[in-house]
Amino acid sequence: MSSIRNPETLSALDRPNSYIGKTVPRPNLDRLLQGRASYVSDMELPRMAHVAFLRSPHAHAKIVSIDAAAAKLMPGVIAVVTGGELAAVITPWVGVLSHLKGLKSAPQSAIAIDRVCWQGEAVAAIVAISRAAAEDAAEQVAVKYEELEAVADMRTALDPATPVIHSSLGDNLAFERVHDAGAVDQAFAASDAVVEAEFVFGRHTGVTLEPRAVVADWNAAEARLTIYQGTQAPHMVQNIAALHLGLREQQVRVVCKDVGGSFGIKVHIYADEMATYALSKLLRRPIKFVADRVESFNTDIHARDHCCKGKIGVKRDGTILAFEIDDLTGIGPYSMYPRTSAIEANQVVNLVGGPYTSKNYRARARVVFQNKNVMCQYRAVGHPIACSVTEGLVDLAAMKIGMDPVEIRRRNLIADDAYPCASPSGLRFEQLSHQASLTKIVEMMDYQALRADQAALRKRGIHRGIGIASFIEVTNPSAAFYGVGGAKISSQDGVAVRLDAQGSVICQTSITEQGQGSEALTAQIVGSVLGVSMDRVRVILGDTDMTPYGGGTWASRGAGIGGEAALQATKVLRKNILDVAAVILQSTPAELDIVDNAVINVSDGAFRIELNELARIVYFRPDTLPPGIQPELMATKHFVPREYPFAFTNGVQAAWVEVDTDTGFVKLLKHWVVEDCGTIINPQLVDEQIRGGVVQGLGAALFEKCIYDERGQLTNANLADYLVPMSGEMPDIDVGHVVSPTKESELGAKGAGEAGTAGAAAAVTNAVNDALKPFATIITEIPLTPQVILTALGRI
Amino acid sequence: MTTPVSISLTVNGERVEAHVLPRLNLADFLREHLKLTGTHVGCEHGVCGACTVRVGGEIVRSCLMLAVQVNGAAIETIEGLSDSGEIADLQAAFRDRNALQCGFCTPGMLMAAQDLLRENGKPTREEIREHLSGNYCRCTGYHAIIDAVENAALARTEPQA
Repeated sequence: MSSIRNPETLSALDRPNSYIGKTVPRPNLDRLLQGRASYVSDMELPRMAHVAFLRSPHAHAKIVSIDAAAAKLMPGVIAVVTGGELAAVITPWVGVLSHLKGLKSAPQSAIAIDRVCWQGEAVAAIVAISRAAAEDAAEQVAVKYEELEAVADMRTALDPATPVIHSSLGDNLAFERVHDAGAVDQAFAASDAVVEAEFVFGRHTGVTLEPRAVVADWNAAEARLTIYQGTQAPHMVQNIAALHLGLREQQVRVVCKDVGGSFGIKVHIYADEMATYALSKLLRRPIKFVADRVESFNTDIHARDHCCKGKIGVKRDGTILAFEIDDLTGIGPYSMYPRTSAIEANQVVNLVGGPYTSKNYRARARVVFQNKNVMCQYRAVGHPIACSVTEGLVDLAAMKIGMDPVEIRRRNLIADDAYPCASPSGLRFEQLSHQASLTKIVEMMDYQALRADQAALRKRGIHRGIGIASFIEVTNPSAAFYGVGGAKISSQDGVAVRLDAQGSVICQTSITEQGQGSEALTAQIVGSVLGVSMDRVRVILGDTDMTPYGGGTWASRGAGIGGEAALQATKVLRKNILDVAAVILQSTPAELDIVDNAVINVSDGAFRIELNELARIVYFRPDTLPPGIQPELMATKHFVPREYPFAFTNGVQAAWVEVDTDTGFVKLLKHWVVEDCGTIINPQLVDEQIRGGVVQGLGAALFEKCIYDERGQLTNANLADYLVPMSGEMPDIDVGHVVSPTKESELGAKGAGEAGTAGAAAAVTNAVNDALKPFATIITEIPLTPQVILTALGRI
Repeated sequence: MTTPVSISLTVNGERVEAHVLPRLNLADFLREHLKLTGTHVGCEHGVCGACTVRVGGEIVRSCLMLAVQVNGAAIETIEGLSDSGEIADLQAAFRDRNALQCGFCTPGMLMAAQDLLRENGKPTREEIREHLSGNYCRCTGYHAIIDAVENAALARTEPQA
């Protein structure tokens, strides 16, 4: 918990009445609690029309003809627009980045032209006075298809006999990365035990409770497009919409109010959203698109879908000598735009073996096209794959040499005093705390007592298991993530703060809010640094017209990057206020401070002037200030990490589960997490990010899977058949912390949004295998459905 | 099917007369006709619970009920429960415990939680988890929601000072 700060920075963070490190309620909750929020799905504008998309029933087919004559005659219909017609106003795109060498993809259109490449791809837009009228008319659009062979199985996507989805690309390989570090072959040869396994990860998706929603409003008289959208990255949407509609960025305003869940689902550019922008321009009126749940399943990005072979070499004393992986992932027919669908596999290569000292590491990752829905970055991109493979292999190695899972980790996790150091894949770690985290979680869960319980229950035929998973997490990404590859996705964020005429503060930030607490942490920082109470801080975000330019909220960057920008901007405002105060009070800035909304003497704490009064003088009686004094009660600062491409965090999770060997059901009894996100701004918000992340990981571990048949048809595209965690089956989750602030910023905060999701599935899978130890079976496939477990047990 | 039907009902204590198509569901009626957008639509097939409202005192999925079915009924939505103060303590417990993130599930969650607390003043954590199992939350992982409902229940049963 120790970090040494010099007295100057102490004043910014550890001031009297600081909100930093305190649990305070989020300022924006009442509107959510009272049903008075502003989600895009709630929005209505004058002359607004609704679009419904007619979507392909085939995974792969030629569009022979589209007959919309009958649909156009339906009541309330305004227009029926095909892909070819819409191409007059919007250009296609290709989802590649130059730093992912060799990554290729094909041009994708807002609405399919000539050919559909997945079941659910839009083939026509039906615009009507209501969504219901548009859906009625959609049924009257006659599309003739000529079905083509679908590439459904990623394992055979590269076979010579498999059709190539985009002939111009030559094959179905989108991206391949090979990495070789150290001396892997010698390390395996020197190992006392070598264990191999194949890990399988189901496709799943985000299931944001509010589906994707957009209202696009082209004002022909202003030549300006306003996009109301639930997005994590408003400036990115602005850039992309302008680029493909032939507009300048200043002709596009993106407004993001309340967002009903994001998790990485709403950080991409979707074809149907692009079509909605284009339809507004084409039809010169506001157009609303809200995906229904079936559309969400068929078009929201899917995630994971990996098959990863892994190999570990270990000495009898537990020393891990080498890791090797061969990962294969299927991404649908197009690499997503603009972040691409190669990032996850790239991340898997980066992260495997990351917590451990072993320097010998070989990896291959291949990313293939298939005729399924698009796959892209979802919460904890690549982390659950890398963590499950690494931690699964570590447990298998421990089992092979008869060592306790905690002990093998203790012997191999990077020592807490070994930093800075680098991973075998070249990741640079500033300061992590694997060993302290492991020690802490072992205490929290009372590991020895749990082992005793496990043994006692085993005698009664009750099979419980403990699973441990250490992990690293990518946060605070610099331009290394997207910017260097040519994507116009900002890695810096900006904050503007100003004192209003009543001594309150207005703060505009480029990070966005989807419930994580961006608004709260910004207000906490501004209030603390300036010396005003949080109720005097109003935070404005989610509007490209109203905020500084910046990246938004994704990849656990809001607190670490946007928070630091808020801190630095507020320091400038504080200095500017004290400069004016010194003039008014005939004092010096060094003799004054701001505490509890008033300027006071540093020496004796005596009250000097209320900020309200100072603002009154500055704004309304500047004539009373000495000549030449021009106060600046507004300040803007931007921040981006420069020294480290990513601020890595770390942590460890533990699961305590019971497996019913007759039914195959897994009961989650308890879950623990210790993580290290550096400076904690609001402990409650951090803990709830962790808990929410864990449960998304638990969903992937036990329930969630998009089940496709061999023809590329998604067979469970509804919430009755696609299972997500419910309250009745989720455990209580204990969260603990170790704190290693990053020195890249004065705030010292790293991210916490991915940690829960990163390690949850690995912990549960290891726990299930621990529970099933007497049955001599190892399961390396998620979700761990009853079918998977009973099959492994030979019961079905 | 395409002829509007007259309905008469009360919504949050106000009388409402409307002509609705027989196929219009209650959730869309509340949101699109009455502009009561606090009732959310998450799945439109009765699974997620975001559209939970009270009809005649009982909680229902408003996406699974037709507007014509509520002719003569008394409907209560999150806006009504908020304004009457009936769930002010529960809302405060959710706020204090950060038992919501994006807030999309929250109106339905509060409806279901209040329904539980009216039936059972001292629910166990297991009972709370069970009762709220028809209301999906993708953000919180539920732990904070269970805590908040438990805290509100305890506060309600504490002897008044």
